[in-house]
Amino acid sequence: MNALVKDPILWTDVGAVTDVPLRGSRRVPTADGDIAIFRTGDGKVFALRDRCPHKGGPLSEGIVHGHAVTCPLHNWSIELATGEAMGADRGKGCAPVVPLEVREGRLFLGRI
Amino acid sequence: MTRERLVVIGNGMAGCRAVQEVLKRDPGRYEITIFGAEPRVNYDRIMLSPVLAGEKSFADIVINDEAWYADNGIALNAGCKVEAIDRIAQVVRVDDGRDVPYDRLILATGSDPIRLPLPGLDLAGVVTFRDLDDVEAMMAASAQPGRRAVVIGGGLLGIEAAYGLARRGMAATVVHLMDVLMERQLDASAGFLLTEAMRARGVETVLEAQSDEILGKDGRVTGLRLKDGRVLPCDLLVMSVGIRPSTALAKAAGLAVERGVVVDDQMRTSDPHIFAVGECVEHRGQCYGLVAPIWDMCRTLGETLTAGSGTYQGSVLSTRLKVSGVDVFSAGKFGGGEGCEDIVFRDAGRGVYKRIVLEGGKVAGAVLFGDASDGGWYFDLMKSGEDVGAFRETLVFGQAATEGLRGLDPSAAVAAMTDTTEVCGCNGVCKGEIVRAITDEGLDTLEAVRAVTKASASCGTCTPLVEKLLKLSLGDAFQAQTGPKPVCGCTHRGHDEVRRRIVSEELKSIPAIMQALEWTTPDGCSACRPALNYYLVCAWPGDYRDDKQSRFINERVHANIQKDGTYSVVPRMWGGLTSSDELRAIADVVDKFDIPTVKVTGGQRIDLLGVKKDDLPAVWADLNKAGMVSGHAYAKGLRTVKTCVGTDWCRFGTQDSTGLGVRLEKFMWGSWAPAKVKLAVSGCPRNCAEATCKDIGVICVDSGYEIHVGGAAGLHIKGTEILTKVATEDEAVWTICAVMQFYRENAWYLERIYKWMDRVGLAAIKAQVEDPEARRALYDRFSYSQRFFRIDPWAERVAGRDSHEFNPLSRRMEFEPA
Repeated sequence: MNALVKDPILWTDVGAVTDVPLRGSRRVPTADGDIAIFRTGDGKVFALRDRCPHKGGPLSEGIVHGHAVTCPLHNWSIELATGEAMGADRGKGCAPVVPLEVREGRLFLGRI
Repeated sequence: MTRERLVVIGNGMAGCRAVQEVLKRDPGRYEITIFGAEPRVNYDRIMLSPVLAGEKSFADIVINDEAWYADNGIALNAGCKVEAIDRIAQVVRVDDGRDVPYDRLILATGSDPIRLPLPGLDLAGVVTFRDLDDVEAMMAASAQPGRRAVVIGGGLLGIEAAYGLARRGMAATVVHLMDVLMERQLDASAGFLLTEAMRARGVETVLEAQSDEILGKDGRVTGLRLKDGRVLPCDLLVMSVGIRPSTALAKAAGLAVERGVVVDDQMRTSDPHIFAVGECVEHRGQCYGLVAPIWDMCRTLGETLTAGSGTYQGSVLSTRLKVSGVDVFSAGKFGGGEGCEDIVFRDAGRGVYKRIVLEGGKVAGAVLFGDASDGGWYFDLMKSGEDVGAFRETLVFGQAATEGLRGLDPSAAVAAMTDTTEVCGCNGVCKGEIVRAITDEGLDTLEAVRAVTKASASCGTCTPLVEKLLKLSLGDAFQAQTGPKPVCGCTHRGHDEVRRRIVSEELKSIPAIMQALEWTTPDGCSACRPALNYYLVCAWPGDYRDDKQSRFINERVHANIQKDGTYSVVPRMWGGLTSSDELRAIADVVDKFDIPTVKVTGGQRIDLLGVKKDDLPAVWADLNKAGMVSGHAYAKGLRTVKTCVGTDWCRFGTQDSTGLGVRLEKFMWGSWAPAKVKLAVSGCPRNCAEATCKDIGVICVDSGYEIHVGGAAGLHIKGTEILTKVATEDEAVWTICAVMQFYRENAWYLERIYKWMDRVGLAAIKAQVEDPEARRALYDRFSYSQRFFRIDPWAERVAGRDSHEFNPLSRRMEFEPA
């Protein structure tokens, strides 16, 4: 990481918002693991590292409901805005949030 | 500053709760070490009975998991025995040779089950009922069909043990010394009702019976002989005749010990640095074996070890029995006595018996059978010593009737509780935590409160209180859930109502259901959406368009997700038959895609494990080319039909079992169901296809086909029950499809056939398949539905359907660090 870079974020166009199904998710592979992009029933989009804080399950394969996703391996519910575990597992872990912007219907993932 | 060292001997309910009480008050004060003889984390011992009965799993009853010890910096030594306490040096000696120093020491060594000194005590198959090892031994003993169990001791635990064993299919008998079951908690009337209720659940009772000798052969128990000469044959003998405080360590250390380790009102033993709590304790001459007093003691000890001001004054006791459908409560002087008056209420139709004992105008005790929902209220009246003269006429009808007639607001008492009052004893949750969770997180159902706070999630005794807190916090917005269990936290409606209304109101989409049935969340959750999707698939086979975002991943991508995110692929092999061409194609696929593991499954299929998600369509394409389709090994639906070789090859075969299996599988494949469905067809009663532990099984006999239902061999082990016998292969197919359709239309999502059968009864299923018209109608509906679902999902995806599932959104960042 170059500390001299002034703008800390580089943005990459990874596709159209509508490529992600409503109440669904798509993956974007990177050199250090997948990123999951979610689109909720009300049309909002979120990006998290695609690893459940519990046992590393792929969150992109879970069921999206409200602004949350339920991990397919052991049913942890993760809040999409923060990556935090919800309910009885609250406070036990967090899937890191990845910067995401929508510009004219396109999805841009940010790198720091 | 170095912290004081707190060492706890005992990793059970008392030891861990004492630590929790200390942490709650002063989390940073002590460096804490816990020793536990059992090699596992802390669990809810009083919930072992539901585990034995198969109603809960071990995971359900864990109170503190490994993370709790780690998060609180507690050193847990599970499976380590403390051999001695050196009070002069202030160290405990561990069996691995270590000496661990302490500043304060807590003894929470609990109690040992009493073993009657009968001849034959050491025979294999003689157990007590105390810890998870005992439960596992009992479960193992009940695994074979036709086994019999005798339980000595008709107290609370003995009855729960016998019930659990009966649930597991054993013929269970309780042998009790006294003339009333649970005589320390029940009067004769309630005891009689309990005997009857247990008989209805498959548990026989022998009263006034003194055990004489345990009989055995080849070192294994074979029966119990009573003093009067009767012999009760058995393969398992459970002794549940009481407990004895475990005091050996304290005694050897020279502490004052009577029946238990003697403590003062601060829970201090005769050594000022050593404390004791739980069942090992004797306080004011009293030893306790129930959970509530243990919680009281731990609270006091928590005070003593932090602020230093706690006082324990003994506990008033109440009891509840954990046998499904048998509601029993008892407290105080339930049997009456001199100077006492009784108020008795009976309702024979409902099997209800209530007896409230008054002394000097106050409640002195109560025993409730059949409807114990007001137990907590009577117990509170008893403890508070309130004069009940003013409402004595309505007292026996319970709190709602009484307070309604007096014009009281039933929530007033709950409102008056302080925030620190404990509501859920099992999980140590106070009123304040629950109210905060309700308001801060917007919870509005019991299930949601359970999920977030764990209050009322274990034994459920405090459920009415938690509901009142919901009512208090939300006002009319809260509708108490009466009747069936809701589908999930998004609704208070049960599965039956949802299914009924989908059909009667012609609801044909998930949003339509959520609107009509007033769902409280915008688009449901991961529990209700798959259920609703299935109900729609079943109700409207021709019309409904499957919502794949409401499918679990396995059903969305038609493969089984594994722990590392790869998938397993199982091609269908009709009736377990395969060929050299198919095997060759499978071998080629394995080589081509570098599939790491190939395994034969229990359902006579070949499982290819470790397939990368993006490779799935290509793998399927190759298998399709060789004529193979999806084996649906991932589906809540028809999985496999296992067969033996029948009349084709076997010298014992009575019918063409392989042919029938293939025919069933070719007709039924692709059908969705509430849960997985496994079939088997055996060609003779030797049953090589193991049909009697399948959801639906067929045993061929000379005169036709026996149809069996409701077996299981997974989490629970259960033999099938025989449904009917038919003469021809056609009738066998019709009957099986009818059962399948009846199950598809009526069971709750994720409910296996055996659980559904437990709920609706074998007779209800029989009535459908033995009535030719009903059977025909069910078969026709199944056939109609199959027109739409007997389609290979793999071929559809090879052709391009849902291709986005198997491709990343973008590969532009693939080689960049994120």
